[in-house]
Amino acid sequence: MIEARGLTKRYGDTLAVDGLSFDVRPGLVTGFLGPNGSGKSTTMRMVMGLDRPDGGSVKVGGRRYHDLPWPLREVGGLLESKAVHPGRSAYNHLWALAQTNDIAAARVHELLEVVGLAAVARKRAGKFSLGMTQRLGIAAALLGDPGVLLFDEPINGLDPEGILWVRTLLKRLASEGRAVFVSSHLMSEMALTADHLVVIGRGKLIADQPVADFVAQSSRASVRVRTPKPDPLIAAMTEAGGRVHSEPDGALVVNGLAAAAIGDLAAGLGIALHELAPHAASLEEAFMELTHESVEFRAEDVGSTPAVAEGRP
Amino acid sequence: MVATAPALRALPSGRYRFSGALRSEWTKIRTVRSTAWCLLATVVAGIGIGILASASEASRWRNGGVIDKLLFDPTSVSLTGLIFGQLAMGVLGVLTMSAEYGSGSIRATLAAIPRRPVVLGAKAVVFGVVAFVVSEAVSFAAFFVGQAIMAGSAPTATLSDHDVLRAVIGGGLFLTLLGLFALGLATIIRHTAGSISTFVAILLILPLVDSAFPAKIGWPIGRYLPATIGSAMTSTTLQGAHADFLPSFPFWHGFALLCAYAVGALVIGGLLMVRRDP
Repeated sequence: MIEARGLTKRYGDTLAVDGLSFDVRPGLVTGFLGPNGSGKSTTMRMVMGLDRPDGGSVKVGGRRYHDLPWPLREVGGLLESKAVHPGRSAYNHLWALAQTNDIAAARVHELLEVVGLAAVARKRAGKFSLGMTQRLGIAAALLGDPGVLLFDEPINGLDPEGILWVRTLLKRLASEGRAVFVSSHLMSEMALTADHLVVIGRGKLIADQPVADFVAQSSRASVRVRTPKPDPLIAAMTEAGGRVHSEPDGALVVNGLAAAAIGDLAAGLGIALHELAPHAASLEEAFMELTHESVEFRAEDVGSTPAVAEGRP
Repeated sequence: MVATAPALRALPSGRYRFSGALRSEWTKIRTVRSTAWCLLATVVAGIGIGILASASEASRWRNGGVIDKLLFDPTSVSLTGLIFGQLAMGVLGVLTMSAEYGSGSIRATLAAIPRRPVVLGAKAVVFGVVAFVVSEAVSFAAFFVGQAIMAGSAPTATLSDHDVLRAVIGGGLFLTLLGLFALGLATIIRHTAGSISTFVAILLILPLVDSAFPAKIGWPIGRYLPATIGSAMTSTTLQGAHADFLPSFPFWHGFALLCAYAVGALVIGGLLMVRRDP
């Protein structure tokens, strides 16, 4: 369980993280989404006690990271792919970490097998590919068998097989009752792995909700309608609060009305429907919409004049 | 795949300890090649340059002047190489900390041991012990080899002579303490190249700058410089290799100063480590 409350980090004049509050609960994969530079890595470093917050606090399992009795047995983090001395072997890197928290050497061997690095365990980590380095980082995160795991962009540099492996691993870790917090700027990736989303833009919380709700709330959710008599239906749908666009092929795309409501309207008017297809917004679309708004809001905030502010709906 | 069932494993009692940090640092220092290279360079420079200096003194002795012969200190001559060995030992002290910042592994280290002073303390102890063992071995070896080379051609010293044992042990202490000072510097500066440059400047460049000043100004400052203290500590006369016939600090004063430099750099480094984000 991670509890962030009003977490704030300032670099010079810029607020990298701005009053962020969220929870990462056990048993779920919580996706941490935001554009590059939105403060995801900074937030994760603050959770791990590496960066000191300028305001607010974050606790892991009810304690500050600094006060954890066995940090590696409680929290595992893959923060940066390159966090290994290039001249040290994979085994010795993990063994040196294991010794700090009284973790047995057997666990190091076990994890090298799990991440598929057993054959190169004695090779210098500096010779590793990005994907192998990432696997070594994942092994380091799992070393203490912790209940809370943080992964910052874990699929970076992995081949398709590796990506699949990470997805399966994340879900498995969550199903074992661990709190799994995964950052990504790739919405499609989160759609496949996350149960819950924490979305930030410019260091501020934009959304904190289940993936399904996040998608459903997007105004990009639409219904495709095809009918031989469009005009009366368009009038009725507009009156009911829908926004209707005509596609070149004659189909209508309706926002703001559920498929069932459109079907009922058509039935009431005695109009035949040849197509009635709800289209859920993709996570990507929902995300673009939300972060776009956040960016616009910030831009307006900075250069605001009353006229511009009033000019917006 | 991962060893636990849904009910997560219970934590052991107690908490992480300094002993774990020590074992981890010992693993780290012995598993990178730079350690072996630095120690080898310390040995080669410390003993090798001592051999050259001793051979040179041996061949010159017959034709030397009276004053040269009066001031001749065979112990100091055989330990001439230590200042160069000091460079390599300083590099190892720097790398012990700066390699972690350079590679980013400091984040893994601090995630495992969130209390910064524990990390710095463990590094200082492990490096300090390694440095002490190697430095004393180099100092004694340089002394014996140097005396053997000068034997027959010039006066030589034995460990039982006045202040000789102290000077030979002092050579090892000098290397160890300045190595720890370099570790502290690297904790402050956090970059390998910057830390090594600073260390070299303090060890070798400052004495050159100081010697450019008239003795009236240069001497009161110069005797605080680590190189001056080092040559005084490895000498059985007060002057050491730093000439001008101006007395340097006596052995224990110099030793205390070196301790203060090392502790000072480590304490400042430790405070900065606590304050700064890695």
